[in-house]
Amino acid sequence: MEALRAQFQQSFIEGDRWLAYLKGLKVSLLVTLGALAIGVVLGILVAVVRTLHDQKRGRAPIWLVLVNKICQLYTTIIRGTPMMVQLLIMNFVIFSTSRNRMGIAILALGINSGAYTAEIIRSGIMSIDPGQMEAGRSLGMGYATVMKDVVIPQAIKNILPALGNELITLFKDTSLVTVIGLVDLTKAAQQIQAKTYQAFMPFIGIAVMYLIVVMILTWLLGILERRMRASDRR
Amino acid sequence: MTDDKLIIKVENLHKTFGDNAVLRGIDQEIRRGDKLVIIGPSGSGKSTFLRCLNLLEEPTSGRILVHGEDITQPKVDINAVRRRMGMVFQHFNLFPNMTVRRNITLAPVRTGFMKQDEADAVAEKLLKRVDLYDKADAYPASLSGGQKQRIAIVRALAMNPEMMLFDEPTSALDPEMVGEVLEVMKELADEGMTMAIVTHEMGFAREVGSKVLFMDEGIILEQAPPQELFGNPKAPRLKEFLNKVL
Repeated sequence: MEALRAQFQQSFIEGDRWLAYLKGLKVSLLVTLGALAIGVVLGILVAVVRTLHDQKRGRAPIWLVLVNKICQLYTTIIRGTPMMVQLLIMNFVIFSTSRNRMGIAILALGINSGAYTAEIIRSGIMSIDPGQMEAGRSLGMGYATVMKDVVIPQAIKNILPALGNELITLFKDTSLVTVIGLVDLTKAAQQIQAKTYQAFMPFIGIAVMYLIVVMILTWLLGILERRMRASDRR
Repeated sequence: MTDDKLIIKVENLHKTFGDNAVLRGIDQEIRRGDKLVIIGPSGSGKSTFLRCLNLLEEPTSGRILVHGEDITQPKVDINAVRRRMGMVFQHFNLFPNMTVRRNITLAPVRTGFMKQDEADAVAEKLLKRVDLYDKADAYPASLSGGQKQRIAIVRALAMNPEMMLFDEPTSALDPEMVGEVLEVMKELADEGMTMAIVTHEMGFAREVGSKVLFMDEGIILEQAPPQELFGNPKAPRLKEFLNKVL
């Protein structure tokens, strides 16, 4: 018992080490937020292009066929290679001269997340009755307007659980950014372990922190889901 | 144009889905004030014909002239054409993610046809007319089928269309709700709205139609004013059909 207290003291209190965890957590959350924004935007774009292409059933104009091919290539490459390898390539190959590790981490995770989000959103769009698009178009609205105001809001509602899953995965994947030297929550724990020669407290400590954040996210998503279901009430 | 009452002229319209020839040469004219009722067995192509008129289905060949302009040409602004042609669907297709009011005002506002407050005023007026103003802030899920379809009609009317297309508007309704929807359509007809209606309601066809088309296997087999078509059918196929449905 006494030994545990001493470990706790060393791992969290001495030299204000708890501040290092907080700073790390802040980095992890910022990377998550940034990557989420990029992922959702990329995801919607890719999903709409692929849906539009598939709806034209072989009568798509050449530019659409081309853009669709690029989107397919993107999904294939990103889903077919490990996240960590993508981070390493981003940091040491593509942006090897940049010192902005936060930016690189956000970009790499965002691009990664976008590929998965695109497939989720695509399944959401496909779940919406084609009659919704027809009704919107029959009123004289353009394809993009009907997508934005009618189809995508309904699709998002249907896929919210899957999107929530993706967000949670994304948050936990931020621990991979340690490989490019960004000091996130995991890296902070590693640095403290190196200084104190204690592994138990730092690593169990951050595991609990990750878990708490995920539980908060789950709770927030539950609230969002209930609010979006308001229109289903009879 | 010499005939300024002519709205739509369809010439030799064909539509195939793969190997399946659904429309095999349709010619038809729709003039202002016409109430065209299209009847026929299922699979005869009547819905496809109606959906070609606002290009929800792209014709395989043939021409559709709207005020003399061939809308099957790729350079035509199809959104502008559709704005003048309201459509009511069998399954209502209200937008479940928005209130009744927003269902009605979305298109007028998004297409720049009206400002939000103008559209709100129009929605109020139209909803009062079909006696559903108390549902303005309800979501579609809370409405009955008949209410949904009356609101779908109102939604199309909010764009102030020149003519209305009805694709089996009462086929998905419980029997006791058919009347309230037909009532609204009858009122519209009495006001002089140009209408093209695909329906199985023969009583309605007889009462409201100015011309009835009988379609079978992708062609118009017989067309005549309702008294004549129902009273003195010529084609054997039509006689057989009427025997079954009347």
